[in-house]
Amino acid sequence: MNRREALSRVALILGGTVVGANVFLEGCKPGDKKAATTRTFSDGDIAYLDEIAETIIPTTNTPGAKAAKVGAFMTVMVNDCYEEKDQKVFFEGMKLLNEASDKKFGKSFMDIDAAQRKTLLMEIDTEVKKYMAEKKGEDPKHYFRMMKELTLLGYFTSEIGATQALRYVAVPGKYEGCVPYKKGDRAWAT
Amino acid sequence: MPNDSTNINNKAVAQNTYDAIVVGSGISGGWAAKELCEKGLKTLVLERGRNVEHIKDYTGTTLDPWELKHHGNRTQQDKKDSPIQSKCYAYNEVSKHFFVNDEENPYSQVKPFDWIRGYHVGGRSLTWGRQCYRWSDIDFEANAKDGHGVDWPIRYKDIAPWYDYVEPFVGINGSVEGLPQLPDGKFLPPMEMNCLEKHVAERIKKEFSDGRRMIIGRSANHTQKVGDRGPCQYRNKCHEGCPFGGYFSSNSATLPAARKTGNLTLRPFSIVTEVIYDKESRRAKGIRIIDAETMKTEEYFAKIIFLNASTLGTASILLHSVSDAFPNGLGNSSEQVGHNLMDHHYGVGASGSFEGFQDQYIYGRRPNGIYIPRFRNISEKTKQSDYVRGFGYQGGASRGRQWSADGVGEELKDQLLEPGNWSMGIGSWGEHLPYYENKATLNKDKKDKWGMPTLDIDCEFKANELAMRKDMMNSAAEMLEKAGLKNVNTYDSMPAPGFCIHEMGTARMGRDPRTSVLNGFNQMHEVKNVFVTDGACMASSACQNPSITYMALTARAADFAVKELKKGNI
Repeated sequence: MNRREALSRVALILGGTVVGANVFLEGCKPGDKKAATTRTFSDGDIAYLDEIAETIIPTTNTPGAKAAKVGAFMTVMVNDCYEEKDQKVFFEGMKLLNEASDKKFGKSFMDIDAAQRKTLLMEIDTEVKKYMAEKKGEDPKHYFRMMKELTLLGYFTSEIGATQALRYVAVPGKYEGCVPYKKGDRAWAT
Repeated sequence: MPNDSTNINNKAVAQNTYDAIVVGSGISGGWAAKELCEKGLKTLVLERGRNVEHIKDYTGTTLDPWELKHHGNRTQQDKKDSPIQSKCYAYNEVSKHFFVNDEENPYSQVKPFDWIRGYHVGGRSLTWGRQCYRWSDIDFEANAKDGHGVDWPIRYKDIAPWYDYVEPFVGINGSVEGLPQLPDGKFLPPMEMNCLEKHVAERIKKEFSDGRRMIIGRSANHTQKVGDRGPCQYRNKCHEGCPFGGYFSSNSATLPAARKTGNLTLRPFSIVTEVIYDKESRRAKGIRIIDAETMKTEEYFAKIIFLNASTLGTASILLHSVSDAFPNGLGNSSEQVGHNLMDHHYGVGASGSFEGFQDQYIYGRRPNGIYIPRFRNISEKTKQSDYVRGFGYQGGASRGRQWSADGVGEELKDQLLEPGNWSMGIGSWGEHLPYYENKATLNKDKKDKWGMPTLDIDCEFKANELAMRKDMMNSAAEMLEKAGLKNVNTYDSMPAPGFCIHEMGTARMGRDPRTSVLNGFNQMHEVKNVFVTDGACMASSACQNPSITYMALTARAADFAVKELKKGNI
């Protein structure tokens, strides 16, 4: 069992829901240094991150990550919650992803179409899996793992993700431990 | 006019004189305030932090995740300001205002010790885990039987009526089980186990011949209205403060009851520096404070003093209250003050997934789990050869949402919209023996911003705890496997002492003034009008969550103190 799974169990044991989100976010680890942004995000960056997020969680019969403003959420989290070394990996990753697009399609990520974007990110996702399997303790995290984690976290805790894609009740009013479920019913957001 | 200053002083003394002073407004201080006020004593409650008004000051708790800048998550700035507090499971973007700033509240870790604190009215009663389990004679007799620590001066029969007294007011949900090691209490209706928990409970009962049980947790969440409090709305955001008054805290329950009598004066921003001792009468005269905002020193006087500043806070005050009569700290001729520091050791257990109940799900967020009461060393048959005492488990099953999966795009999205398999985790809470050398001492060279000496905390888990942990982990896996869970994994995160936030023992009760600080009524052996009823009073730690025992001991001590006052004994 890896650290994240082990901690997720702890969160479960303690009855935590929001805690789970904290644990999920690997970039947020205790550190004594103040977050120092190595650079700032531009509006162009946010648009670019929105498209990456939208490729990971697209609009289907419910709105996708772009509508949920996940790009902006990513920038807030990287600025405020990431350690400096992880921020560097993330910024470098924004460059690397564009380079990968250029190499494969001869165009930047913003200039390729949705199908091409998906093909590219599927490839990188497979690469992450391989990287994670071979990763040693001190190796940096993979930039696309960060992007995917932030996308899933941001989307499913956004109003659109929680209330339209998933189900969310702010004040349940009761607890029922065994209610009927049929395949296709949406999961609770929290 | 030479008499002026005397007149002014006399007037000031009169203005600052109460029948009783309670130091601290957390879970035990709140009870001391309620009981003393209800018995007609004009009571001053001194709280070192800011005021927190019930409901009004639970800011942010009604916000949805997307209304919070970081959707509830901790930031690097949080970790910088509070590297210790921010590790706590209950610390999030909303609840963080109920945790201290570590930079402003320093202490030294001689050995690793995570001191989790909330300095404000209500203290940690706002953020507590709310689990309430009675002790039994197995716990009260343990020290006498195996020789660790000193004998408790009380037995279950002494505290049972006081559990009976406090529980209905606290408002604890639970099931009646008839287990000798975990006496039943006066409960509100229990919360419900979910499908998988019911299944596991049945299997444990069937598979183990040692009487082992898994029961629904007993928590201070109100499954029915308690007066005007609650009921619980199943948001599971308790540690942010509950706008429905759905769980017990000083702020929701005891302080309002105390206020209702007209006898309560609450003074926030009052950092107690010492208990003022009067050599002639051999009694405490009052309390000296520094106003945290103005830095001015003030003195308050009373006939009865209750110290409820928390285990380490109370030890610090006693050690700092030095006089000719007590050069080592008030009532500390035994030299036990600050020693025998205990916590529970936890963060060890197992989890697994379950393939069944695909047609079942959950509604609502239950702020409570299951409990597996202690089953080791409770009889000859359950005696272990490699450690004494025992442990319990807390945990729960759920059918969670899937956090991630392979791939990107529509297929990934679709997959993540449905719940995953059922899973269950159980984690263990174990008893920590009282060791004299586990201690907190004053560091006069390292002062805080109010000029007060800070604490050096030197505490560890030893061989008995470490041997017990192996069993805590393996038994967890064994139970889950026998209950039919798959992919059972064990973990041992070995948190430092303190992190369980059950610190206790630094001014222990006992029969002998030479080896203990307090008698059987939480009264200082050497200073009869001073009572300590927070975690400092504990002579052993048992393995149950301790707050309900502090509450029962506080109500009992307040009753005794007022009777003694009326008899003229104090």
